Amino acid sequence: MSSSPRAAERTLARFAPSAARRRRDLLARRIVLVGTILALIPLVLILYYLLSKGLGAWSPSFFTSDPTGNTFFGAAKIGGIKSAILGTIEMVALAGAIAIPIGVGVAVWLVEYGRDGWFAQTVRFFTDVMTGVPSIVFGLFVYIALIVGTGSSYAAYKGSIALALLMLPIVIRAGEVVLLLVPDSLRESGLALGAPRWRVIGSVVLPTAVPGMLTGMLLAIARAAGETAPLLFTAAATHETSFNLGGFMNSLPVQIYSDVTSPTAAVVERAWGAALTLVLMILILNMVARLIARRSRLA
Amino acid sequence: MMPPPDPGSKVAEMDPEGRPEVHRSEATSADAPAGGLRQRITGEPPTAAESEPQPEPVTAPAVQVEGLRAFYGDSMQLKGIDIEFRANEVTAIIGPSGCGKSTLIRCINRMHEEIPGARAEGRVLLEGADVYDPSVDVVAVRRAIGMVFQKPNPFPTMSVFDNVAAGLRLTARRRENLNQKVEKALRGAGLWDEVSDRLGQPGIGLSGGQQQRLCIARSLAVGPEVILMDEPCSALDPIATLRIEELIAELKQRVTIVIVTHNMQQAARVADRTAFMLSGELVEVGPTQTIFTKPADSRTEEYVTGKFG
Repeated sequence: MSSSPRAAERTLARFAPSAARRRRDLLARRIVLVGTILALIPLVLILYYLLSKGLGAWSPSFFTSDPTGNTFFGAAKIGGIKSAILGTIEMVALAGAIAIPIGVGVAVWLVEYGRDGWFAQTVRFFTDVMTGVPSIVFGLFVYIALIVGTGSSYAAYKGSIALALLMLPIVIRAGEVVLLLVPDSLRESGLALGAPRWRVIGSVVLPTAVPGMLTGMLLAIARAAGETAPLLFTAAATHETSFNLGGFMNSLPVQIYSDVTSPTAAVVERAWGAALTLVLMILILNMVARLIARRSRLA
Repeated sequence: MMPPPDPGSKVAEMDPEGRPEVHRSEATSADAPAGGLRQRITGEPPTAAESEPQPEPVTAPAVQVEGLRAFYGDSMQLKGIDIEFRANEVTAIIGPSGCGKSTLIRCINRMHEEIPGARAEGRVLLEGADVYDPSVDVVAVRRAIGMVFQKPNPFPTMSVFDNVAAGLRLTARRRENLNQKVEKALRGAGLWDEVSDRLGQPGIGLSGGQQQRLCIARSLAVGPEVILMDEPCSALDPIATLRIEELIAELKQRVTIVIVTHNMQQAARVADRTAFMLSGELVEVGPTQTIFTKPADSRTEEYVTGKFG
C-alpha cells in the first residue's frame, strides 16, 4: 500500500510543534542563556583583575627573592614571593602525604568491607559533616590541640595537619565514588580464580580505579593549596624560605592575606602577583586532573 | 539448530579466525595443556608444544550436591537440590529466568556467599569432601573449581599475557615457567594462534569471543578440576559461540564442566547430561537426549517444547 503525497503532508502537519510550544521553548532557552552569562560575569572579572593587577608585579626577581618585610622604600626593596611558593608546595605535599593514604584506605574499607553496615554509614555521615566544616575550624582545632595544648610554637607540619584534615573528606568521597564505579564482575572473576580478597583489591580493583582516584586527589590538593584559614595560626607567617617543617613557614594564601592589608601600594601589588601565581598553580593542577580523568577507563 | 552466521555481521569480519575449522581445532587440542591437575600429580614439566603427544584424558572429580538450600536474606532461592555432576562430563542446567540455575553453580565454588546477605546450607562434595566443611579454605575451593561468567570480563588494566598470568600471580602459585604456563592456558583455550603476536596488548582490545576465551584461559591457568560456566555464550555471536562450544568438548577430557544456559540448542549440542530446574527445584536430570526427547516430567516436556519459559 503506497501513501499519497497528501497523506504525508497531513502526517507532517500533525507532527509539527504548535506556535505556543515554539514560543515557550524559545523563552526557556533565553532564560537559561541569561543565567549562564550572569554566572560567567564574576568569573571573567576575577580573571581580568588578577591579570591586569597581578602581571604588573611579576618579574624574574619576584619568583626568586623572599619578601624582605621592609615595606617603606618602594617596590625595589620589598622582595618577592619565593618563600611563599615553596612553603605552599612543602606544606601541601606533606598534607597530601598524610591525607591521601588514610583517605584511600577509608574509601577502600567503605566500598570493599564496610558496604552498607551501620559503622560504614556512620563513617559516611561524619565524612559528609567534615566536608561542610569551615576551614578555619580545622585551623582552630589544630591550634588548640597542637599549639595551645602542647604549649609549643607554630610549625609548618601543624599547618599541614590542618590542611590534611581539610583534604581527608574530599579524598574519601572521591575515592569511594571511583571504587564504586569498578564493576563487581571484576571483583567476582578475581575471587573466582581463587585469589584472596586483599589481592583482588590490590591487583585488580585499585589499578582500575587509579586514574579516577588521581583526579580526586589532585582536586583535594588544589583545594588545600588555596586555603588561608587553617595556616594562619598553625604555620604563621614569615619571610624566609624554609625547608624545616618544624619551624615557621610562609605560604601563598597567608602572604596574600598579610600583603593586601598593607598601606603600601607596592605591597598590595605583590598580593595581586601572588594571587595570580596561586590561581595559575591551581589551574595547572586542575588541568592535569582533567587530563588524567579523560584517560580513565571508567566512565 | 544454530542460527546461520550472518556473513555481513561486523563480528564475523572482526573475528575471521573464529571460523569453525575442524582440522584447526584438532591441531589446537594436540598441544592443549594436559591441565594443571595432571602436571601437579606427575610433577612433569610441560613439554614443548610441538613434540607433545595428544593429551591423555585426565580423570576429573565428580561433584555431588546434597540437600542444597540457598538464601538471599530471608527468601529461599534453592529449595533443597540433590544432583550429581559426573566426572569428565558436561552437564547443562536449563530452566526459565530466576529458577536458580546461576545460584546453584555459584554455590558449588562458594561464590554465592560473596553477595551481601546470601548464604547456603547443605553439602557440595568434591571427591567426597564437603566444600562447606568449616575446615575448608574458600580460596582453595575456588582454585579447584574455576568459573567463567556471562559477560567476558578481562581485567581492564592488564595485557593479554597478564590476564592469563593473573590467575597464577593473584593466587601466589609458584611462578616459574610463567611464560610456558600462560602459553599452555592460551592453547588450551584455543586462543594462542590468534594472540601470540600481541600478548602485550590490552586484553579488552580483543573481540568479544576472544575475550571470553581469554577468560577461560585465565581460569585454566590456575589448573581447576571443575569449571563452572554461567551462560558463557549469551553475549557472543553465533561463530564465537561455536568456538566456545568446541572448546567445551575439548576441555571435558580434563575437567568436569557444568554449564548454565538459556539456549536449549546449546544444551543439546554440548551437554552429556542436562538438568531442568524450575522455581528453585530440580525437576529432573538425565542424559541430554532423554531430557529433550522423552522427559519423565510433564513440566520438562512443556519447557523443552517451548510451551512456557
